[in-house]
Amino acid sequence: MVNLIWLALIVLGIITAACNGRIDVVTKAALDGAQTGVETALSLIAIMAFWLGVMKIAEQAGLVNMLAKLVRPLIRLLYPSVPHNHPAVGAMVMNLSANVLGLGNAATPMGLIAMKELQKLNPRPDTASEAMCTFLAMNTACITIIPSTMIGIRAIYGSTEPTSIVGTTLFATALGMTAAVLADIVLRHLSYRRGGR
Amino acid sequence: MLEIINQLSKWAIPAFLLVVLLTAAVRRIPVFESFVEGAEQGFEVTVKIIPYLVAMIVAISIFRASGAMDVLVNLMAPIFNFFGAPPEILPHAIMRPLSGGAALGVATELIKEHGPDSLIGFLVSTMQGSTDTTFYVLTLYFGSVGIKKYRYSVISGLIADCTTLIASVFVVQSVFPG
Repeated sequence: MVNLIWLALIVLGIITAACNGRIDVVTKAALDGAQTGVETALSLIAIMAFWLGVMKIAEQAGLVNMLAKLVRPLIRLLYPSVPHNHPAVGAMVMNLSANVLGLGNAATPMGLIAMKELQKLNPRPDTASEAMCTFLAMNTACITIIPSTMIGIRAIYGSTEPTSIVGTTLFATALGMTAAVLADIVLRHLSYRRGGR
Repeated sequence: MLEIINQLSKWAIPAFLLVVLLTAAVRRIPVFESFVEGAEQGFEVTVKIIPYLVAMIVAISIFRASGAMDVLVNLMAPIFNFFGAPPEILPHAIMRPLSGGAALGVATELIKEHGPDSLIGFLVSTMQGSTDTTFYVLTLYFGSVGIKKYRYSVISGLIADCTTLIASVFVVQSVFPG
């Protein structure tokens, strides 16, 4: 799937550029893209180091485990393949909580810890496990109570009520998250039928 | 309302830090050593995701710069009209799952042009605030553990994005005054 999308983006891009007589933009766009990729990754080092450090303390203090216990019934329902006392659970809950509060910076490192823990349960290390697919579906379409970036931008451009989008965002994200979880369940069962992968 | 949310955003992280550190101290955890032990992994994880991010951003960058994105926007226009969404938001809707920075740029432009409290401003704010950059998240998260086969997660991500988009258009049009 991702191979096809990747191929299509580049091949269609090159063909369109050729038709538009702008073939020279392709090379520049490719190199600029590579630069952006490296810069994006490197700019993550600081927040990653900070949050992974904090999370290590939280983990050793037993806080991550405590949080995992609180949401055990929900986890059992959504992640049948993850043992309920596994460290992945705590990290996943932390990540989703940070997303709900619009704390994107904190959410990413916690999500990556969760992926690392889920990978330990994964029998095929190069292929996404079911739990990972469910986690990412919930992560990309997470319920948001505080869309902090957009509230900020609205305030900058003189909105009389910057927070008026809180209600609409909550509604849209609640439906989106429901769709994500349902789509995940349906697609998982379809993949069973096609031979379990 | 703005005041409460501002305060909540300001306090969330310091309060979390305080709870973590105090709990750790009570339980006699060597906090400094634990922190360093965790932080050490930050570099390793980050370096690991570089090739994945480069691959994905290069493809998206070529797609945008070549004008193929504009072609896609034109092709999708009829579907948008069907849902009664203003055509101005179409570039944002298509950009959103692919490139977070570009989508934020488009959203900011639209808000600047139409005003944050116009229908378009309100709608694009909701759209930007309610979905994540699906392809970036998938690339980053799967890349960090070396997963190359994403299985059905791209499809479920896009289904969620479409649902959120339709829900945003619907809710904004129903609550927007006038």
